[in-house]
Amino acid sequence: MSILVNQSTKVITQGFTGAQGTFHTEQAIAYGTRMVGGVTPGKGGSLHLGLPVFDTVLQAREATGADASVIYVPPAGAADAILEAIAAGIPLIVCITEGIPVQDMVRVRAALERSDSLLIGPNCPGIITPDECKIGIMPGPIHRRGHVGIVSRSGTLTYEAVAQTSAIGQGQSTCVGIGGDPVKGMDFTDVLERMIADPDTHSIVMIGEIGGTSEIDGAELIRASGTRKPVVGFIAGATAPPGRRMGHAGAVITGGHETASAKIEALREAGIHVAPSPAELGTTLARVLG
Amino acid sequence: MNIHEYQAKALLRSYGMPVPEGRAATTAAEAVDAARALNAPVTVVKAQIHAGGRGAGHFAGKPEGRGGVRLARSTDEVSNAAGAMLGEVLVTKQTGPMGRLVRTLYVESGCDIARELYCSMLVDRGTGQIVIVASPDGGMEIEEVAARTPERILKEYIDPAKGLCDYQSRDLAVRLGLTGREIRAFQNVVRSAYNAFTGLDAAIVEINPLVVTGSGDLLALDAKMSFDENALFRHPELAKLRDVHEEDPREREAAEYGLAYVGLDGNIGCMVNGAGLAMATMDIIKMEGEEPANFLDVGGGASKERVAAAFRILIGDPKVRGILVNIFGGIMRCDVIAEAIIAASHETGLSVPLVVRLAGTNVERGKALLAESGLTIIPADDLGDAARKIVSAVRNAGA
Repeated sequence: MSILVNQSTKVITQGFTGAQGTFHTEQAIAYGTRMVGGVTPGKGGSLHLGLPVFDTVLQAREATGADASVIYVPPAGAADAILEAIAAGIPLIVCITEGIPVQDMVRVRAALERSDSLLIGPNCPGIITPDECKIGIMPGPIHRRGHVGIVSRSGTLTYEAVAQTSAIGQGQSTCVGIGGDPVKGMDFTDVLERMIADPDTHSIVMIGEIGGTSEIDGAELIRASGTRKPVVGFIAGATAPPGRRMGHAGAVITGGHETASAKIEALREAGIHVAPSPAELGTTLARVLG
Repeated sequence: MNIHEYQAKALLRSYGMPVPEGRAATTAAEAVDAARALNAPVTVVKAQIHAGGRGAGHFAGKPEGRGGVRLARSTDEVSNAAGAMLGEVLVTKQTGPMGRLVRTLYVESGCDIARELYCSMLVDRGTGQIVIVASPDGGMEIEEVAARTPERILKEYIDPAKGLCDYQSRDLAVRLGLTGREIRAFQNVVRSAYNAFTGLDAAIVEINPLVVTGSGDLLALDAKMSFDENALFRHPELAKLRDVHEEDPREREAAEYGLAYVGLDGNIGCMVNGAGLAMATMDIIKMEGEEPANFLDVGGGASKERVAAAFRILIGDPKVRGILVNIFGGIMRCDVIAEAIIAASHETGLSVPLVVRLAGTNVERGKALLAESGLTIIPADDLGDAARKIVSAVRNAGA
């Protein structure tokens, strides 16, 4: 068990024949992900990496029965690619693209809410269930199959959490990078509720950052759920000055609840074990697990 | 991207927003010409910097003096006000103690003010919708209004499927206490702001104050606009509004290479891949007792040239007394990072301690390249180790 993706998840790539789409699809195939095809408008009917190429997502879905789509389309066309995947009824959409205009994502979010599709991202590393299914740009070899669920707004800080949990002899059930944009698909609460319900996830690491209040919502969900699964947290950006955007479009403090200290306080109140430093994610988890 | 008040007003005017007549000036003589052309009984002379709180601010070296917004009743007064502001450094609550040099003024017709309202528009991240924020308490800092009297902050969310509906702005007008023809005037303000917001991919449109004049007209007395950097590619016309003087030169150089950089006040330069890890690296430097000199995210798939440029910015910053490179390679390959560091160090010369922590894709190859480079590089195994080593190296070098 795991959440959202496993060995039977059939995946297509949008932006399939581009440099990013090609490289990461190759990596996914090598990892063992069940890649079934891809979409590049105008190249339908050909083969790429030994897989069929389609002109539209709907054609790809009908021909392959894909459960998930991963998007490597450049920013100007990425929102449209997500909308196309929603329209084609793809259940899980993972958008890696960084730099999508926020007002494009406003339209995407409205379409998502009227659909049954789930979106991870944009501007995220993707999702991985170790040894089963890797959708995204994370380095496969750092992961180990296990029982820690990891959810994070940051890509490389997710890798840090993975490496540190692997270093203490633990592995991961599923790791989800939800991305650093202000308007996005799944948020902490959406992922956490699935991890709480997943029998294969025995503990959780959640990594947030400054800006917005979604970590506080996540903490509230954990508290209200009454889960007995240990949760370790970390919030990046304690040293970031207010009003300055820290790389991610969403990482900017515009109100009092958006600071690292306000979020750390909310996590502690929910019974989450907050790691004292980003170097102690693994050791904090080890201590909590006993 | 931020722009000046006078630029925001010109843009908003083109979308139908009522704004006072005004002209920009860069010399006292131009300011006087502008005032003559306006021919108004009262003229307002406003310093143009990318920060709020100008009226309540003061000029550097004159803590008791007047601020960056002054009324003038004659051309002499305009000339005096312009002379007192141009070329001087204006310090406000938002500029920090360093303040900002005033290079441009906006000379505007004064108006009689019956009421001051607040109106802004932005994307609300919770709902993922555009939200109109309005308040009957204009002219003050909206954060303070929100903190003290949250019931006086009115919000209206715009469904992307329907767009802005007239009933929404009408409803807001009534809740703001507007009556008669003021209601229609307010609807026009909201519609213009919305069309500008969506038409130009703005990140914020803020009118504060939005004034009701003695004759019942509405006017945007101050206006602030900023734009979504990710959407600038489809608004090339906005590029000419960028004022590079308002930007940190280190940030400007970084932006040219597509790097996310924010200058800070400490002395340990950091180069990291990924925004979250970059923030976490800053945090851990602080936990070890020193301060970061910057936030710098080289991004996911950076080229050797881009990484070398990032490294040169750090070496070239005179405040930097030590450098910490922290890379967890995913798409980013550690050997590319190593090659870039070696190239930039040989080219520019490395005069401060350098700690490098590499992990992830091609890490062994990256470490080997650094070890064979002949450069004095302190290798680190993990994030905690890296932070301790750079802090101790900087302290030893300073001792």
